[in-house]
Amino acid sequence: MKLGTFSYLPPMTPPQVRKQVEYILAHGWSPAIEHTEPQNAVGSYWTMWKLPLFGESSVEQVLAEAEACHRAHPDHVVRLIGYDNVRQTLGTAFTVPHA
Amino acid sequence: MAQPAAAGKYSAGVKDYRQAYWQPHYVVKDTDLLACFKITPQPGVPREEAAAAVAAESSTGTWTTVWTDLLTDLEYYKGRAYRIEDVPGDDTCFYAFIAYPIDLFEEGSVVNVFTSLVGNVFGFKAIRALRLEDVRFPIAYVMTCGGPPHGIQVERDKMDKYGRPLLGCTIKPKLGLSAKNYGRAVYEALRGGLDFTKDDENVNSQPFMRWRDRFSFVAEAIRKAEAETGERKGHYLNVTAPTPEEMYKRAAFAKELGMPIIMHDFLTGGFCANTGLANWCRENGVLLHIHRAMHAVIDRDRHHGIHFRVLVKALRLSGGDHLHTGTVVGKLEGDRQATLGWIDLLRERFVKEDRARGIFFDQDWGSMPGAFAVASGGIHVWHMPALLAIFGDDAVFQFGGGTLGHPWGNAAGATANRVALEACVEARNQGRDLEKEGKDILIAAARSSPELKAAMETWKEIKFEFDTVDKLDTVNA
Repeated sequence: MKLGTFSYLPPMTPPQVRKQVEYILAHGWSPAIEHTEPQNAVGSYWTMWKLPLFGESSVEQVLAEAEACHRAHPDHVVRLIGYDNVRQTLGTAFTVPHA
Repeated sequence: MAQPAAAGKYSAGVKDYRQAYWQPHYVVKDTDLLACFKITPQPGVPREEAAAAVAAESSTGTWTTVWTDLLTDLEYYKGRAYRIEDVPGDDTCFYAFIAYPIDLFEEGSVVNVFTSLVGNVFGFKAIRALRLEDVRFPIAYVMTCGGPPHGIQVERDKMDKYGRPLLGCTIKPKLGLSAKNYGRAVYEALRGGLDFTKDDENVNSQPFMRWRDRFSFVAEAIRKAEAETGERKGHYLNVTAPTPEEMYKRAAFAKELGMPIIMHDFLTGGFCANTGLANWCRENGVLLHIHRAMHAVIDRDRHHGIHFRVLVKALRLSGGDHLHTGTVVGKLEGDRQATLGWIDLLRERFVKEDRARGIFFDQDWGSMPGAFAVASGGIHVWHMPALLAIFGDDAVFQFGGGTLGHPWGNAAGATANRVALEACVEARNQGRDLEKEGKDILIAAARSSPELKAAMETWKEIKFEFDTVDKLDTVNA
């Protein structure tokens, strides 16, 4: 199974994930975290982990929420997305491994 | 200011065009359709007369006065030449700017606009050559056109692809495969990691592979690749056909099979067919990929024809979710600044006049969706960093030979391209300079991808370094 952008690269290391979070915040996109059972990953909607982190400017905080989601749902896949409200799309979306 | 004969006595005969159609003090209206022509006049024809002649012949005028001119308000309906400019570095020709009242064009009809603007006037004896360089479509006219059936944002949601360009591949050899073998090539490329495969434009419904058989085998290939990878996939099923009836029949079958995207050749098929098909796609939820066969016949000559940026605008109005735009770096013609200009015209909401990119007018697209730029033709993994730097995310990169020519086959070729793309996207997001560090980025990615390593060894030496024929005029200055 492949789960979107970066799924053909080796799993990201924590410093690599951090760089991508910086990219989301630098664009002014709203970071958000979603998770699902791997067998339900096909489809438009995963379960939201809290509301999107509107106005969040701390990379640490975003990474901490992704990690908290992993801990709460150890068998799920977790993805990080950046909502681009201007273009009404996701600026990016990619799965993040357990830190 | 010159006035046409009106409300006075009728006087038959031939008059200078400039009396009625050259108005240097005209103030353009927001609702006017504006055109910039590059005119190469015959020797001895003054610029104002040539410009006025083009304005007349592309709007209300004919070669002589006729009595019925007096039954209408020609002062309102005529097009008028309102500005003349030198062409940088070329004194054989000049730019003429012409304004047309919006009433001259049927609402929502790209067909009608082009019948007027590039009709008889292109064969007119007083000019040696004529090129339509740019057109400003007033927002009032834009909003009468359907435009792209879905647009970039909806296609991303339907295909579930975010944060990167999409990857495609044209199936080769372009002619001669059986439907089942063709479906095999599609399946291999999609399972390897591509988002789309594509019918070559020449593939319609030939004796060796009828369209219905091709559609059926391709549908099976897509379903299997989707089931294996968990990703959404598509194949541009070419519905370009000899008649509109046949085109719609093929489109309907693609929909029946649940296929997400079909394809049309908008210039050989024609604007009438294209606009109709775009409307069908909007009503039926099927994405529309647009090929541009015949464009170089129309747009390559620097002095005669229609510039490609105008064809881009025509397509965006007529409707399509993808359009081939050239690659800048591959085997086909395309100057970088000019290409950046027309991909903006295809994708953005508002594009400002920018002569350095060949754009003569501000163009407001209002709420009309944008379409994906498609880069295709002679590109391979080594081009990936430059392609991403030039086109950004809202593009489809199509590697035909660059996928199928991989020494281990289509799936490996597809994987190589996908790995290269994702490595470049990751690096760009990290703030790295793709065009300076591209080689290092690819070499690093190849360490964990034997498919990419093999692709980089196969295509290392290929280069296309011929100069472009159609340079921007500003470059010649």
